Amino acid sequence: MDTKTQTMIRMYTQMLRIRTFEERVGELFLKGGTAGSMLHLSIGEESAAVGVGEVMNSGDGFTTHHRGHGIFLARGADPKRMMAEIGGKEDGYCRGKGGSMHIADNDLGHLGANAIVGGGISHVVGAGLTYQYLGKEQVAVAFFGDGAMQQGGLYESMNLAALWKLPVMFVCINNEYGMGTRLDRASASLEFAKRAETFGLNGLEVDGLDVCRVLQDAQELMDGVRNGTPAFLKVDCYRFHGHARKDKSHYREEEEEHKGREKDPIAHLENQLVKNKLVTTEELERIKSQIDNEMDEAMEYALNSSEPETMQRFQDVYAPESPEPLPVDERILQALNDPLS
Amino acid sequence: MSQITYREALRIALQESMREDSTIILMGEDVGHYGGAYGVTKGMIEEFGEKRILDTPISEEGIVGTAVGSAMTGLRPVVELMYVDFVMLAMDQLANQAAKIRYMFGGQISVPMVMRAQGGTGRSGAAQHSQSLEAWMMHTPGLLLAIPATVTDAYFLLKHALKLSDPVVFLEHKMLYTLKGEINTSDSLSWGQAAVLRQGSDFTLVTYSRMVHRALDAAEKLAEIGIQAEVIDLRTLYPLDTETINSSVKKTGRALVVTEDCLTAGVSAELSARIMEGSFEFLEEPVLRLAGEDIPIPVSPSMEKEAVPSVDRIFSTAKLLLRK
Repeated sequence: MDTKTQTMIRMYTQMLRIRTFEERVGELFLKGGTAGSMLHLSIGEESAAVGVGEVMNSGDGFTTHHRGHGIFLARGADPKRMMAEIGGKEDGYCRGKGGSMHIADNDLGHLGANAIVGGGISHVVGAGLTYQYLGKEQVAVAFFGDGAMQQGGLYESMNLAALWKLPVMFVCINNEYGMGTRLDRASASLEFAKRAETFGLNGLEVDGLDVCRVLQDAQELMDGVRNGTPAFLKVDCYRFHGHARKDKSHYREEEEEHKGREKDPIAHLENQLVKNKLVTTEELERIKSQIDNEMDEAMEYALNSSEPETMQRFQDVYAPESPEPLPVDERILQALNDPLS
Repeated sequence: MSQITYREALRIALQESMREDSTIILMGEDVGHYGGAYGVTKGMIEEFGEKRILDTPISEEGIVGTAVGSAMTGLRPVVELMYVDFVMLAMDQLANQAAKIRYMFGGQISVPMVMRAQGGTGRSGAAQHSQSLEAWMMHTPGLLLAIPATVTDAYFLLKHALKLSDPVVFLEHKMLYTLKGEINTSDSLSWGQAAVLRQGSDFTLVTYSRMVHRALDAAEKLAEIGIQAEVIDLRTLYPLDTETINSSVKKTGRALVVTEDCLTAGVSAELSARIMEGSFEFLEEPVLRLAGEDIPIPVSPSMEKEAVPSVDRIFSTAKLLLRK
């Protein structure tokens, strides 16, 4: 099998892992195994995570938006620990303190999913500054949605990255919706790459239907990033489901959703692989069943993982060198204490 | 040791720390070639170069966010906000990001950064250049908060802040930069420990930053009429040394809290509650709070002066507390 085919199969597998994982997140929710319902799925947007993830190296830093399960998986996350974190469990990546919207892992370069739209973008500028200052080869990538394109902090970040020639890439995953507001109702101009170019970045826009094209454009930009020109990439996708788990998307027509869901990067790549006889049906079935098992296990792991001990809620507010916050009960007891005792 | 200013003490702390620790960088608006709006970083770019002293565009959110990201990945940034009033533009990065990252991520990522800013009245800076916003920081779990009143504390607290693993908000006062004194090594207390600057048996005066000096002046005047104030300078607001406060109040039975930040939901409210919780049975009088008025700071020098506690008002309030 040639390298290109290998890459295609790897990307197909990764995209399918992401989709299956997120479908299981939905099941976990129905089973009551998730911590809350603020679960934002990236189904339909997998090509952005996988196409860009493919051009990143081990050690590269990244931040994501609140819809970032896919990106973390594409960068090597363990679905078991992810699922446990989504359940708010002790075995999760953040020991049940972050959840779906704040998942992070320093070892894999994940500097955090962020629940403030655009909140993690400037952290990547800071990471780029660190790499440049320390003379490291690493780069840092910020993943965010089209909603962040209308946040001021993004432009402060683009300016700083371009001004200081930092090894930074900005990736906008355009899923057409900021919660329930369609992009054309939020932004007068939709030419986002041009905005980035104005700041001195290289900029490209790519159709997320074809992960191979995402990979190609991401690679072109990444070559520049590694040579001192920060970049911006917009990947056009469609958010197949609602904003969060409970959103039934009443604000968009069924016809639009139907058409949007035809833009499926996984089906598209599968067709290409089959049509060009790059993979057998048996091989595809084997991949699918392997992923099904992997994600079933992840869901089971989350369901069986233990709850964090509740006193842990006072830990990690500060490093151990600083005092832990005083529990409310202790303050009450202090006030009622016999002063002479 | 020779007399130096509060401003110089800060600069020496930065210079010494940067010589010891190559991961410290300094960034902010006009901190490099201009030397800092209040001159704290003057001349530092000559020694440390543009790689470590970064002049930034006027992008408070971007600068503080960049500091957060660099702190997460191995540097120890000091970010200067020209005025604490500008922190609103960076508040998401400070309160939602820097303060919460260690916690949200289960303790795996630290944010060892120092955000320096100066606040307070005294220069007719009006409503957007004169505020005292420490209550906001104090209300945000995850932030450490130092607020030095003396030359010695400016030096030692900043040096210590640059060794910590969590974000430190370091609040200077614009009217203290020219304050002169010596860096007194024998005077240096531990981080998080309040200083009892004056012993007294009649009442406890709890304060910090510029108000420390007004409190000490008022205490001198009070001594002339036979009232002995015990003056406590908190030095840090997180950690907060309630032990020193309450052991003093238990001795004196009376407490007056003096702050420049405004009264309602201000630092004085928290301090008053802590005294009530810790010393209730010992209190002979209600805890009194003398704080900034609940108004924006006006530009007129005469109105500005009346917006925050003065020596005379500390003096007269203490007399009321002592029923004299």
